[in-house]
Amino acid sequence: MHDTAHAHAGQHAAPTSFIRKHVFSLDHKVIGKQYYGLALAAVLIGMFLSWLMRLHLGWTNLAIPGLHLLTKNGAPGDVMTPEFYLQLMTMHATIMVFFVLTTAPFAAFGNYFLPIQVGAEDMPFPHFNMMSFWVTFVAFLVLMSSFFVSDGPTLGGWTQYAPLSAVGQVGGPGEGAGVVLWALSIAIFCVGQLLGSLNFITTTLDMRTRGMSLWRLPLSAWGWFITSVMGLTAFAVLMPACILLILDHVAGTSFFVPANTVMNDQMQPHSGGSTLLWQHLFWFFGHPEVYIAIVPGMGIVSHVLVTNMRKPMLSHRVLVYAMGALAVLSYMVYGHHMFVSGMNPVSSLVFSFPTLVITIPSTIVVLIWMGSLYGAKLRINSASLFALGFISMFIAGGVSGFFLAQPSIDIMLHATYFVVGHFHLVMGVAAMFGIFAGTYFWFPKMYGRMMNETLGKIHFWCSFVGAYAIFMPFHYLGLAGNVRRYQAFAPEYMQPLIPLHKFITIAALFTGAAQLVFVYNLFVSRYKGEPASDNPWQATSLEWSTPTTPPPHNNFGDTLPVVYHDPFQYGVESSTGDYVMQTSPEKASAHDES
Amino acid sequence: MATTVHEPPKIEGQRDPSQSHGGFNSGGQDLVPGNLPAVRRYSPPPASTGIWVVLASITMTFAAFTSALIVRQGSALDWRHLTLPNILYVNTLVLFASSFALEMTRRRIRVVAGGLKADSVDASRWLYAALTLGLLFVVGQYIAWAQLRAQGLYLATNPNSSFFYVLTAVHALHVLGGLGGLLRVIRKMGNSTLRKSTLDATAYYWHFMDALWVYLLVLLWMKL
Repeated sequence: MHDTAHAHAGQHAAPTSFIRKHVFSLDHKVIGKQYYGLALAAVLIGMFLSWLMRLHLGWTNLAIPGLHLLTKNGAPGDVMTPEFYLQLMTMHATIMVFFVLTTAPFAAFGNYFLPIQVGAEDMPFPHFNMMSFWVTFVAFLVLMSSFFVSDGPTLGGWTQYAPLSAVGQVGGPGEGAGVVLWALSIAIFCVGQLLGSLNFITTTLDMRTRGMSLWRLPLSAWGWFITSVMGLTAFAVLMPACILLILDHVAGTSFFVPANTVMNDQMQPHSGGSTLLWQHLFWFFGHPEVYIAIVPGMGIVSHVLVTNMRKPMLSHRVLVYAMGALAVLSYMVYGHHMFVSGMNPVSSLVFSFPTLVITIPSTIVVLIWMGSLYGAKLRINSASLFALGFISMFIAGGVSGFFLAQPSIDIMLHATYFVVGHFHLVMGVAAMFGIFAGTYFWFPKMYGRMMNETLGKIHFWCSFVGAYAIFMPFHYLGLAGNVRRYQAFAPEYMQPLIPLHKFITIAALFTGAAQLVFVYNLFVSRYKGEPASDNPWQATSLEWSTPTTPPPHNNFGDTLPVVYHDPFQYGVESSTGDYVMQTSPEKASAHDES
Repeated sequence: MATTVHEPPKIEGQRDPSQSHGGFNSGGQDLVPGNLPAVRRYSPPPASTGIWVVLASITMTFAAFTSALIVRQGSALDWRHLTLPNILYVNTLVLFASSFALEMTRRRIRVVAGGLKADSVDASRWLYAALTLGLLFVVGQYIAWAQLRAQGLYLATNPNSSFFYVLTAVHALHVLGGLGGLLRVIRKMGNSTLRKSTLDATAYYWHFMDALWVYLLVLLWMKL
């Protein structure tokens, strides 16, 4: 027999002190906003670093005023050294992948809306939830602190391949304390995400209100749930990898450094480590991480689209199954990152096959979106535009994945800009567009004010055109043999590519500036935006049924909602118009599968 | 403040929320509107689901360490045999005894309004015994490390000793976490706020530490 005492799991009194209300808050909504704030700060830093890199790539000897302030030895005369370029690149990628693409679509929006969408007062373990954010925040501080150690942050790339990452100071600037801080930061980050996943999974399984079966969950909630399961298994593997890496540095163990390794003319005091071991452990996390970044975006985009299409998806269930299939397959494909590692060719084929298979659920998701959009009278607003943009980026970036999935082609394209273009579109920009779609869509509920639509549309078109202007030429650069992670293009065959790099830099500066429009819109709308009603989009899921906007401390006041319908009852005739809310007992339509 | 549930208005032709398909909250004709505990009775308590999530995560962590050990063993010729300190076998028995004591505690407490309460002083004694034995296990592990150090086997001496220290230390950290859980149970039992799901979750975690330790011991015995 289950005890009944858990009925109030997650319930806690409204805070009264400033610290409890805004800093060490147990409220999932505040924690969600904190995650969003962290992601916003991180993305601005990450974008700034990319600007510096792009300027250097376009004009190699350019003196960037003030650059020396960021580094002790990396910018003599404000001109970037090759090592400092690699340090900026590593930090850009680490910040973006971990502290933006993982935190914003999953931890920020998921924290705020998952409990409300399932009809709960909060997550079941609010203290763990609070710890999840603050642990992540500490991880961010630890990472950023590496800018202030003697030779700066690590230069090994976000993949931190051994043995370079494990030999210490002799590997170059940042390969000593910089790597240790990097690994420590990521290990701490893993703890935060594991605590978050624990809450997300239990919230979805145990905290649903009356009538809220799993199939009545909105697609965004499904996205967060599936992602949390992935996070649970992926981060649990990355953390031990980081522990072993730290031990190679601070304890002199030999997990990743082979015997007789000579680095910068110095024999390394390690014996028998395996460089491939790091790659296996890293990519077992690394590939699911791609889906950890993108699946919440899929859920958010589906939610935004279906609300603006005013009709259900072609198949709610198939979309959920496809997202689940992506999660399962994401663990079987990681070896495609290691085609050139010298692995057995049979292993390459074994990893190539599921990599091609994973395109099937991806295609199904896209076809459901496209088929559902066909004939729909889509409401054009900033949120729906970014949702469409997500689909466009996902397709454009995904198509190049077909090429890279095949070992024979990947050997040619590996470590070129083709790969960089591929993952920036499919994982980076697409996920960012998912974050933007979610922001424009849910901002009215989070702050009780509307965002400026005109600025939103300007932001969309600049971002959409800008992102393609930056990343489509990357594919051409890769095909032309432009190797990634080069800070300058000295070889003769790369000289003709420099004008294209200059074009990309200008596009990056322009697109980055357009993001400032978004930041301006975000902050000004927060205080001066038009007041929002409780349900400005005429939407159906539970977050639009809260008694106030923003929702009260316990989300639904003194009563919990009862759910009567599937999440997306649109295109029906009802007393409210063309939709029936999940909380309405009114008879809906044939769409309602439940 | 107790939270209540909307009573659905009686409208002809309305949907019955209990008619949804699947999910923990789908059934239950005897749901009483307005009675939240009754509504939630049909959901597993979060702690009982949460503990399996935690155990899955720990399993993945040790699976990663295991694969690292196997790959590292095959990657070079510097793998040397290491004789495990005998005290590890004594520690195993101590950990088992701790689990046994926790089970004896569970059998001696009863459900009272608002929480669980010890049936007799026996329950408290068994609980303290579980805690003490758990602590003894950690001390025993420390003695094992000291014995290895006395033989000149340190963390970085060879890959075998590296894995020995890493695996046993990470396991010991998890045991310390479990001891924290036992202390929490003692505190909650003292003020009658202990939930059955909390006690069950703590017990599952504690028994899992046994299973994990046996797995590690066999792995270390076979591979080192």
